[in-house]
Amino acid sequence: MSMELQDKLIFERSRTGRRGFRTPDADVPVRPMADLVNSVFLREGETLLPEVSEVDVVRHYTLLSRKNYCVDMGFYPLGSCTMKYNPKINEAVSSLEGFTQLHPLQPQHTAQGMLELMYDLTDKLCEVTGMDWGTLQPFAGAHGEFTGMKFFRSYFDKRNEANRTKILVPDSAHGTNPASANIAGFDVVEIKSDHNGFVSLEELKKHLDENLAGIMLTNPNTLGLFEREIGEVADLVHEAGGLLYYDGANLNAIMGKCRPGDMGFDVVHLNLHKTFSTPHGGGGPGSGAVMVKSKLEPFLPVPTVRRKDETYFLDYDIPDTMGRISGFYGNIAVLVRAYTYILTMGSDGLQKASEMAVLNANYVKEKLKHRYHLPFEQICKHEFVFSADEMKEKYGISATDVAKGLLEYGLHAPTIYFPLIVHEALMIEPTETESKETLDHFIEIMEGIADLAENNPEKLHEFPLSTPVRRVDQVLAAKYPVLRWKKE
Amino acid sequence: MFAYLPQTDSELKEMLADIGAAGIDDLFADIPDKIRFKGRLDFETGKSELDVFRRLHGLAARNEAAVSFLGAGSYDHIIPSVVGALIGRTEFYTSYTPYQPEISQGVLQAIFEFQTLMCELTSLDVSNASLYDGHTAASEACALAVNSTRKADTILYSHTIHPNTKQVLSTYFNDLPVKLIEVPEKNGVMDVKAVKELIDSQVAALLVQSPNFYGFLEDYTGVADLLHGNKSLFIISSNPMSLGVLKSQGEWKADIAIGDTQPFGLSQYYGGPSVGYIAATEKLLRKIPGRIVGQTKDEDGKRAFVLTLQAREQHIKRERATSNICSNQALAALASTVYLSTVGKEGLKEISSLNMQKAHYLSGLVKDELKLPLYADQPFFNEFTIQLPGPARDICEKMEADGIFAGVPLNMLDSGYPENLLLTAVTEKRTKEEMDRFVESMKGALK
Repeated sequence: MSMELQDKLIFERSRTGRRGFRTPDADVPVRPMADLVNSVFLREGETLLPEVSEVDVVRHYTLLSRKNYCVDMGFYPLGSCTMKYNPKINEAVSSLEGFTQLHPLQPQHTAQGMLELMYDLTDKLCEVTGMDWGTLQPFAGAHGEFTGMKFFRSYFDKRNEANRTKILVPDSAHGTNPASANIAGFDVVEIKSDHNGFVSLEELKKHLDENLAGIMLTNPNTLGLFEREIGEVADLVHEAGGLLYYDGANLNAIMGKCRPGDMGFDVVHLNLHKTFSTPHGGGGPGSGAVMVKSKLEPFLPVPTVRRKDETYFLDYDIPDTMGRISGFYGNIAVLVRAYTYILTMGSDGLQKASEMAVLNANYVKEKLKHRYHLPFEQICKHEFVFSADEMKEKYGISATDVAKGLLEYGLHAPTIYFPLIVHEALMIEPTETESKETLDHFIEIMEGIADLAENNPEKLHEFPLSTPVRRVDQVLAAKYPVLRWKKE
Repeated sequence: MFAYLPQTDSELKEMLADIGAAGIDDLFADIPDKIRFKGRLDFETGKSELDVFRRLHGLAARNEAAVSFLGAGSYDHIIPSVVGALIGRTEFYTSYTPYQPEISQGVLQAIFEFQTLMCELTSLDVSNASLYDGHTAASEACALAVNSTRKADTILYSHTIHPNTKQVLSTYFNDLPVKLIEVPEKNGVMDVKAVKELIDSQVAALLVQSPNFYGFLEDYTGVADLLHGNKSLFIISSNPMSLGVLKSQGEWKADIAIGDTQPFGLSQYYGGPSVGYIAATEKLLRKIPGRIVGQTKDEDGKRAFVLTLQAREQHIKRERATSNICSNQALAALASTVYLSTVGKEGLKEISSLNMQKAHYLSGLVKDELKLPLYADQPFFNEFTIQLPGPARDICEKMEADGIFAGVPLNMLDSGYPENLLLTAVTEKRTKEEMDRFVESMKGALK
C-alpha cells in the first residue's frame, strides 16, 4: 500500500532533477571553483536535500499545518502558558520592511525607529512591573531566568559576597528555575510548600544565613494562588542580605493590580510570548525580557538601549556588566509584536485583560469543582489546578486520559502533571480572550469526560480516535531513538 | 471597547454571580492592601488599530536602508515568497510547544525534517530542534563537551571566532569551574601549531569557526586526529550557507557542528530571531541539549513524531540539569526548513557558489582597482577583511553618504582589533552594478 501524500516526509516527495527555485543568473564572470579555493576546502559528499517543486513545498507544509491544533482554531487552556489570542495587527506591523531589513550592525543613527521602540518598550514594561530598567535580550523565559541569576551573581561579587551561593526555589516552581540557577553556578535548595501550596515562612527561616543569595518565586504561584505573605517573604530575604527573583510566567493575572517591584522583587523576567500576546510559533521564538531595580542596573548585559536628548543609542559602556548573553539584541521581531499589543491595549486594557483572565479562571473553576477534585479551594488568579487523583483511584482515569479525551472533542488539553506537588495535576488557564460560550463549551465537555470516567472508562482509554494520529508510543521513541530520516 | 476581550456587561454579571462574587474587586481581595497597585499604569490608554498602525509605521519609516555589504553573522539573502506564506499559516504560528503529539504532528514532523536537514548539511548523525542563535549554540556545545568528558574542564577556542561568541562564552562560564583558553591566530586563521602546544588532558574541546570572523577559511587537516588522540571533542561553527559548496563539519571529522541558520529564509531583523543549530555524532545523542523530536508509532502502528529524550531535561533533573533550554526557535527553524526544501539540493549549491563568485568579484576589484590588500592572503567564502589605509569607520561614514553600508569595522565588535580593518560581505543579492558602485564610492572615500 502506498503512503498517503499527507503522511509523507518532504524527502519522500523528492524526485531527482525536480526544482523549486530558480537561482538568479550570475552577472559577474564565473570562475572555476579551483581558482577560488584549494580543493581541500571543497565539500566532498552530496546532501539529501529534497528535490521538489514549489508546488510540492506549498502542498506539503499546508497539509502538515492541518495536522496542528492552534489558538486560531479554538480553546487552548494550557496552564502556565497563557495561550491568549495573538492579534493580527501584531503580525502585520512586524512584517514592515523598515523593521525586517535592519542589519544589527548598521549605523545606529539609521536605526532610530527601532531603538526608540526598544527604549519605549523597556520603559513600559518597567511601569507594568514596577522596576527601573531592563534588558530585552533574553530569547526565552529560561534564558531570562539565567540572565536574572547572572544579575544576582554580579551583584554579590561586586559586594565581595562570593559566599552567597544558595538559591531557594519552592517545590512548586517551574523546572527551569532550579536548572537556570544551577547553570549560573548557584547551589539550589528546594523548599517545601505549606499545606495550602504557599511558601512557608517557617521553612524559609531555616535557610536565611550568610550563604543566601536569594529566592526565585512566581506570584501568583504555579497553583494560581496569590502568595499573601509575599511582603513578609521579601522582608525576611532582604534582611538576610538576599535578593528576590520574580518568574513572570504568571504576570497575566495581575497587570495594573499589583506589581512585582512593589512586592519587593529585585529582578523580574517576563514572557512576552505569554502576557504580551506574541505567538508561540510551535515552541518559539519568544522573549524573556528582564527588568531590574536600580541597584542592579550596573550589571546589565551589553548593550542596553539609552536615550540622550532625542537620540537613542546602544550603550556598551557598562563597567560592571555581567557580559553578553546573546549574539545581538534579542528576538526583535517578538519585541515589535509585544510593543504593538501594549499600544493597542493601553494602560486600561492591560488591567482589564488581567481582570478578565481572573474572572474566566474562577468561572471555570467554580463550574467544574464539583466534578473534579480541587485540592486548594479558594479564589484563584489566572489559572488553577485540578487533580485527577480521585478519578484515577475510583475509575482508573488519569490526567493523561482526561487530556486525551479533550483532544477527541476538538480542544487542546490543560497542562498535565505540573506542578509536581499535585498528583495527577490538570492545570487550567483559560486566558481573558475566551468568550463565555467557549468556556461553557469546555465546561460541558469536561463534565462529559467526568461522566465517561464513571460510566465508560474503557472508551476514554481509547481516545483520541479522530486525531491525525492516535496515542503515540513515547517509550519506543526514547528507547530506540530515530531522530532523522534516512534513505532506505 | 477592547477587541480581544469578549465578555459583555451582562455576561460579566452572570459569571460573577456564578462565582459568588459581588464584583471584580472580590477576585483580587487576596492581594494585601499594602502591595496593591492603586493608580493607573503611567502610559496611554488603548488605541484603535489605525492609530497603532500610524505610530508603528512612523517608527519603521525612521529606520534607513542602504545597499548593504554588512555581514558578521547576519546576512541579506534571497527569501523565496513561499517561506513567508507557509510560516504565516496560523496553524504553525499560533500553536504551542507540541506537548500533545496527537494534535501537533505538523510542528513535530517539520522539526524532524529540520533535524534531518541539519544532519545532511553538517554530515553528522543527530541534531536537535534548534537553539536560540549561533552564539548561544556555541555555549551549549561547550557545556556539552565539558559534561560529557567528565574530568576535563578546559575549553580551547580560536582567536578567530566571532567576538560576540567569545563574550557569550565568557558570560556563560565565568561563574562555573570551566577554563576558557584562547588559541592565537596566525595570518588570519587559527594557529594549529599553538593547539598542539596548548592541548593537555584537561581540554574538553576545541571550538573553531570557519569561515572565521575575518571571513577566511581555515584548514583543519589533522586537527580532529590531534583532538581525538587526546579524548577531546572538536566543535566547528560554520555559516551554513557555505556548506553548499565547502567542506562540512562532519567532513572535517568534527564531533559537534554549530552555527546559525539565519541565511536560510530569515530576514536580518536587527539580529533576531535567528536559529542556532547543533548537530553531533551518534555517540553524543543523549547529551545534546534542548528539544529533540523522534519518530515512533501510534496505537494503530502508524508513523508518528513526538518530543523525546526528555529525561535529559530540566523538568526531570531540575537542579541537576546541565542546560536550562526548554524551548527552541520553532517557527524560525520552520522558515529554514521551508527555505532548504524550496531551494533544494541543486539550488543550495548554486546559491552558495554564487555567493562565493560575487564576493571574489568584489575582492578582485578591491585588490586590483583600489590597490588595497586583504588582511591576510587566505581563501574566503562570501565575506573578507580589507586592510584600509585609515580608520574603517571614517570610510564607512563617507560611503554611507553614497547610500552604501560598506561593511563592519572589526573594532566595532572588539576594540582589540586595529581600526583599519573592514569586514565586507557579498551575498547573491548584490549586483555587479552595486559592487562597481562600492568600488567607486570607496575610491572617493579614500581620497
